[in-house]
Amino acid sequence: MDPRPKIETRNLDFFYGSKQALIKLNIACPEKRVTAIIGPSGCGKSTFIRTLNRMNDVVAGSRVQGKILIDGRDIHGSGMDVVDLRRRVGMVFQKPNPFPKSIYDNVAYGLRVNGVRSRDRLDETVERSLRAAALWDEVKDRLRENAFALSGGQQQRLCIARALAVEPEVMLFDEPCSAIDPIATAKIENLIQRMKNDYTVVIVTHNMQQAARVSDHTAFLMLGELIEFGETKTMFTAPSQKLTEDYITGRFG
Amino acid sequence: MKKKTFVQFLGFFALRVCLYLVLAALLVILFDIGKKGAGTISWEFLSKPPRRGMTEGGIFPAIFGTFLVTIVTAVLAIPLGMFTAIYLNEYARQSRLTRLIRLSIRNLSGVPSIVYGLFGVILFVNILEFGTSILSAGLTLGLMTLPWTITASEEALKTIPNSYREGSLALGATKWQSIRTNVLPYALPGMLTGTVLGLARAAGETAPIMFTGAAFYLPMLPKSLSDQFMALPYHLYIMATQHHDILKVRPLAYGTALVLIVLVLGMNMAAVVIRFRLRRKRRM
Repeated sequence: MDPRPKIETRNLDFFYGSKQALIKLNIACPEKRVTAIIGPSGCGKSTFIRTLNRMNDVVAGSRVQGKILIDGRDIHGSGMDVVDLRRRVGMVFQKPNPFPKSIYDNVAYGLRVNGVRSRDRLDETVERSLRAAALWDEVKDRLRENAFALSGGQQQRLCIARALAVEPEVMLFDEPCSAIDPIATAKIENLIQRMKNDYTVVIVTHNMQQAARVSDHTAFLMLGELIEFGETKTMFTAPSQKLTEDYITGRFG
Repeated sequence: MKKKTFVQFLGFFALRVCLYLVLAALLVILFDIGKKGAGTISWEFLSKPPRRGMTEGGIFPAIFGTFLVTIVTAVLAIPLGMFTAIYLNEYARQSRLTRLIRLSIRNLSGVPSIVYGLFGVILFVNILEFGTSILSAGLTLGLMTLPWTITASEEALKTIPNSYREGSLALGATKWQSIRTNVLPYALPGMLTGTVLGLARAAGETAPIMFTGAAFYLPMLPKSLSDQFMALPYHLYIMATQHHDILKVRPLAYGTALVLIVLVLGMNMAAVVIRFRLRRKRRM
């Protein structure tokens, strides 16, 4: 039996101007599980994940129809503060985007903008987050160094630590490994696997093996439509749709 | 030599010639003024007022006046320019209106300075009744500098990658927090550089101040912002073209020109230094 859904979309449509990018999506991401979103380029994977923390709000001319519920509450509802939503729904981007600050200040950033001033609490959270992102041992002696000095894979783990520091409930990963090497990718996949003990994870990936390795559920999108959604195991062994089968066996994409 | 290599060689050669022509023009001016003005420069020239119908003495009141009027210019142009740029680049949606605003700002930077001067007379001197004063002249120069400040600040903001903004928003920062802590600190060196260059240009202007507050000759230094003042560019203009004994005061005119040029170059150098130091600090 699946746990209750943490995130649910109901007939979700998304438009960039007059172009419709998502069409009537109904996806439920179970709590403390990893849900992978796969599909060919331009299918709306990234658009979908960016609607979940309303990151698309900043895109001029964009428009959402339908509902997105987190814990049963409409995230476009009147009582929903988008700033608070984004604190609860963390995001790791496709390209590592450390800020041009020290490693410490990167991780402390989210706490500081949320009003945490206590030195002890900052120190403690920075360490805990860096440990959780499996980066602590590599950087503990150079927390004051600029984050740009880190390698690409380290930078991405720093971004994960930074997102974890504000104690989100959901973690969104938008193709987090597309810009880093295979060893660093393995580290991040391990992290994601461990993360589901505490967080609901949604990951967009163009890498089918990655989806198969890290996720419990998979959604397959094409041209903005949901083709198939189900347990990853079932989907990768016995897909119910011909399109899904063709895609995961590499016949197109 | 292959034909395409030769064409490339010709192209680069032409570009280099252009560069040298521009440099040569600058160097000739600097050298000429430096040579003819250096003899005039002395501590007395820099620290004393003019004497005997401006045929002797120094130019201290003009230096002082230019300094004061530039401060007024800065007080108007820096905050207004930066905040306008922040609004245009960070908040305003890209619409026909903002495009129109931008186009107007670009066009304002092409308006001749004498037009600003006349506008300043009408608005600040007459309508707002600030009289011919440091305040009126400074505000007029401020208006003239604004398009430069805005454009330079906007360009500086544009160089900040969007990922800084998005990354910050995604951590639960408000838009203003993201801009204040994750965009402005990195855009500031560029913004300041553009601004100081604009101010340096304003400090050397004559037309906007000659009807709004600059005086031919004043026996006393200004005591408040509502007093008239002497200014280096206007003083130079008078010494070079309006004085009753132009040939006699020519060395003084060259001295004034040299001081003005050094002042403006100094401000430009300061802009470079500010940028360099802030950049290095940000890199830690």
